[in-house]
Amino acid sequence: MEARTSREAKRKSARSAAVLAAMGLFIVAMFVISMNTGYTRLAPLDVLKTILGMGTAKQELILLQFRLPRIVISILVGAGLAVSGCVLQGLTRNALADPGILGINSGAGLMVILFVSFFPTNADAPVYLLPVLAFAGAGLAAALIYVLAFKRHEGLSPTRLILTGVAVAAGINAAMIVLTLALDPQRYQFVAQWLAGSIWGSNWSFVSALFPWLLVLLPFVIWKAGVLNVLNLSEHTAAGLGAPIERERLMLLGASVGLAGSCVAVSGGIGFVGLIAPHLARQLVGPRHQILLPASALAGALLMITADTLARLIMQPSEIPTGIVVAVIGAPYFLYLLAKARS
Amino acid sequence: MASHTKAEAEERTSPPRLRTRPLAASAVLIGGLVAVALGLAISISVGAADIKLGTVWEAVFRFNPELTQHQVIQELRLPRALAGAMVGACFAVAGAIMQGMTRNPLADSGLLGLNAGAGFVLAICFAFFPGVSYLNLILYAFIGAALGAGIVYGIGSLSPNGLTPIRLMLAGSAVSALLVALSEGIALYFRIGQDLAFWYAGGVAGTKWIQLKLMFPWVAAALICAMLLSRSITLLSMGEEVAASLGQRTGLVKLAAIVIVIVLAGAAVSAVGAVGFVGLVVPHVARFLVGVDYRWIIPCSAVLGSLLMIVADIAARMINPPFETPVGALIALIGVPFLLYLARKERREL
Repeated sequence: MEARTSREAKRKSARSAAVLAAMGLFIVAMFVISMNTGYTRLAPLDVLKTILGMGTAKQELILLQFRLPRIVISILVGAGLAVSGCVLQGLTRNALADPGILGINSGAGLMVILFVSFFPTNADAPVYLLPVLAFAGAGLAAALIYVLAFKRHEGLSPTRLILTGVAVAAGINAAMIVLTLALDPQRYQFVAQWLAGSIWGSNWSFVSALFPWLLVLLPFVIWKAGVLNVLNLSEHTAAGLGAPIERERLMLLGASVGLAGSCVAVSGGIGFVGLIAPHLARQLVGPRHQILLPASALAGALLMITADTLARLIMQPSEIPTGIVVAVIGAPYFLYLLAKARS
Repeated sequence: MASHTKAEAEERTSPPRLRTRPLAASAVLIGGLVAVALGLAISISVGAADIKLGTVWEAVFRFNPELTQHQVIQELRLPRALAGAMVGACFAVAGAIMQGMTRNPLADSGLLGLNAGAGFVLAICFAFFPGVSYLNLILYAFIGAALGAGIVYGIGSLSPNGLTPIRLMLAGSAVSALLVALSEGIALYFRIGQDLAFWYAGGVAGTKWIQLKLMFPWVAAALICAMLLSRSITLLSMGEEVAASLGQRTGLVKLAAIVIVIVLAGAAVSAVGAVGFVGLVVPHVARFLVGVDYRWIIPCSAVLGSLLMIVADIAARMINPPFETPVGALIALIGVPFLLYLARKERREL
């Protein structure tokens, strides 16, 4: 009996490893395709040459200054949002949880709209100021939700967190609607683009702003995977197993906010990845967070890089916001899985 | 001692006992109806031109087409006030049914894909057929809402294990995300986003009699059906297993409930836009006041929803005259503190 379960476990982990490797390969493939495509097409050989420093000045500019940072950002954002969503779904034991529940998107969006409303259009400061503001807005909204959901003697319960998140997000959204109606059409268009999730922060300085967050928080969350497994069982079981629930939950929540906030600040309001990437990953590798978290990261990254490549490809030279493409390719697949899934 | 613990264990495992307060419910119904009548009168009398309540009475019951004030009341204020009342009841009852059926305290018409469906069809109309008349627009919005909900329900029930509440909600959020993304794409490309935003903000300002006449029979029928179905929904709200073991044909009940929700929320969304909070908050208030029996929750939700919508519409006109504040935003502002309070109480029977 024991031998059989261990064999089964081995087969499962082999399968998980294969899934992770396959997703990694797909990401590399998409990376290569993405480097080749765009307004100016470049042959794979040219791409290789340019990366090795033997391309023309123009090729170097296009690849290294425009295309590469954007691709890197889409991968980072996809991984960050997916892991953030995965952590939240585990923490709240709610399959519908995603970074939007924490008010991340709403908070960031409100700051962007406020800024655009009151800032003169002819100045070019926004490009560098907006991510900072968006991040501040996301953090403020998350802090507000946390404070409102926290009770002195009971701490933080998942249900209360979700209800509070929905309430605060609804309030912020109402304020946003009132503000957007007052915007002039040009500013409105900008805000709409941002909210739809077009990756506009596409240069190396944004990469270097985003990367440290992921570098610290992703390993931290994976390190805490065991805690997530326990929390996922149920409140009482977790307490019975001696996990100091409140502190662990707070740290994981903080990590989730940090991941999602930093990603949304760079990518605009992309929400859907955080909801579906963990579900896709769970279908492929099962519910153990040690594997589920990396799988979510890869699924999110793959979804984002694919969506971003398509976004640049479909309607050249104008672009569709990546967030829209994410939903258009992600939703049908998600629905297919949903219709097929048993449990 | 042993029997004592056994009774305790039984109490813990048995379905939660129904706590209902018929007396409170009757009080809510009667008081609510009086308040709705009062609200309607105020709603008709205040506005850009203040009209005395006496004149309002005359205009409604002894209409004289010669007088401008009478005409303002008959053609603008009366349909608007009535539409507010009707739509509020629709949203609230639709929300109550969905929350009972899915056992999800956050269920409202937005989650079933109704709002997204209506918004998608409207985006197409604004982009490709800009000359569509207002009345047709409403019809299209209704079709869109039904379409959105139909897709969600269809996909949710495709799975071999049938339609679980969580699957319904997941399908709802995925279909909504897809439809919203498509609408956003269309809106960005054709630069009609702000027109759509106006619709999303919600408002009963432009309601016409013809629209009320078209909606009324459907809404009335759906509300009556909701009442007829209320007992079954109470059973469903205790869990599907419980309902089935008590001999209920849960599939049939759920299908009927979905159809009612589509008619109610579809009519409301098409008339005033995506006013989300009424369907979310009002059923909670009703449950808080009258207990967990949907035979009381549904009528009380209808009355309270009407009241909320009328009050919000009055406030929308009075806050910043002559401009109107979007009703949807106002209701959210009223609803947020309330939802926060609910979240803090975190009542278990939600």
